[in-house]
Amino acid sequence: MPEGDLNIAERLLSGDPAAFEEFVESYRRKLFQYSFLMCGLREDAEEVAQDTLLKVFSSLEQLREPQNLKAWVFRIARNECLMKRRKSVFAPEHELSLDELRPQATGEGDARAIEIADWSGLPDDAAERSEIRRIIGQGIKELPDTYRAVILLRDVEELTTEEAASVLDVSTDVVKTRLHRARLALRQKLDQSLRSAALGIA
Amino acid sequence: MQDCTDVFARLSEYLDRELPGATCEEIEKHIAACAPCVQFVESLKKSIHLTHGLTPEDPLPPIPEELKQKLRRAFDDGARRRGK
Ligand SMILES: [Zn+2]
Repeated sequence: MPEGDLNIAERLLSGDPAAFEEFVESYRRKLFQYSFLMCGLREDAEEVAQDTLLKVFSSLEQLREPQNLKAWVFRIARNECLMKRRKSVFAPEHELSLDELRPQATGEGDARAIEIADWSGLPDDAAERSEIRRIIGQGIKELPDTYRAVILLRDVEELTTEEAASVLDVSTDVVKTRLHRARLALRQKLDQSLRSAALGIA
Repeated sequence: MQDCTDVFARLSEYLDRELPGATCEEIEKHIAACAPCVQFVESLKKSIHLTHGLTPEDPLPPIPEELKQKLRRAFDDGARRRGK
């Protein structure tokens, strides 16, 4: 657990106005991003972000352990999202199997290779390129619900396996299994985008 | 002994350092000698890295003043209830 979260949680609990400002500034964006990728509609996402913040502030005393701030906030956001869910924007629910996500292998022995795009042109930081953010965001949205929920918490928001399990009410093993498949599926989508030159990398 | 399929199945746990040391070493050993796995792991690492802290494609507009005041009232009321 990052110390920053524990610190801001304690300051929020003590009623520190500066902590309020910092928290709104950083969490409003996180919550919007999370709910936008979770519920799919911008209007819904803005509402979820604001309703979550409102719930957080009006029920701070229910945060028993300040170090759980992030997981607690995302649990509230998840419930808000579930109430808003509009089926039509969701990818159909289906299991992702490892076999479908494995790269195609070619050749034998020393000539063994996999079919893979050239990834070297991708920047290290998605913030540099809005088209990369779009492709990743789209890729996440296309994942089935249960996988999307996990990758958003674990990789986008960087919650720990235990925190994600507590937000989603599943075991840590379930989080690990779903995360791996979600990551593989997203990697596959990026690979396909790179091959079809959708990323326009020169 | 790990083959490509075993490695493939455990890559996330490997990258997240969630595997027992011995399993981790076996995977490392396999990857060091397997060009296809190296390529695959590099692409997976990059893909994971790009999702960290992903921000919206279109930035969120600044918070409306009215909403901010509403949130601040909820925050202040809460602090009062807790006797702060
Ligand atoms: Zn291999």
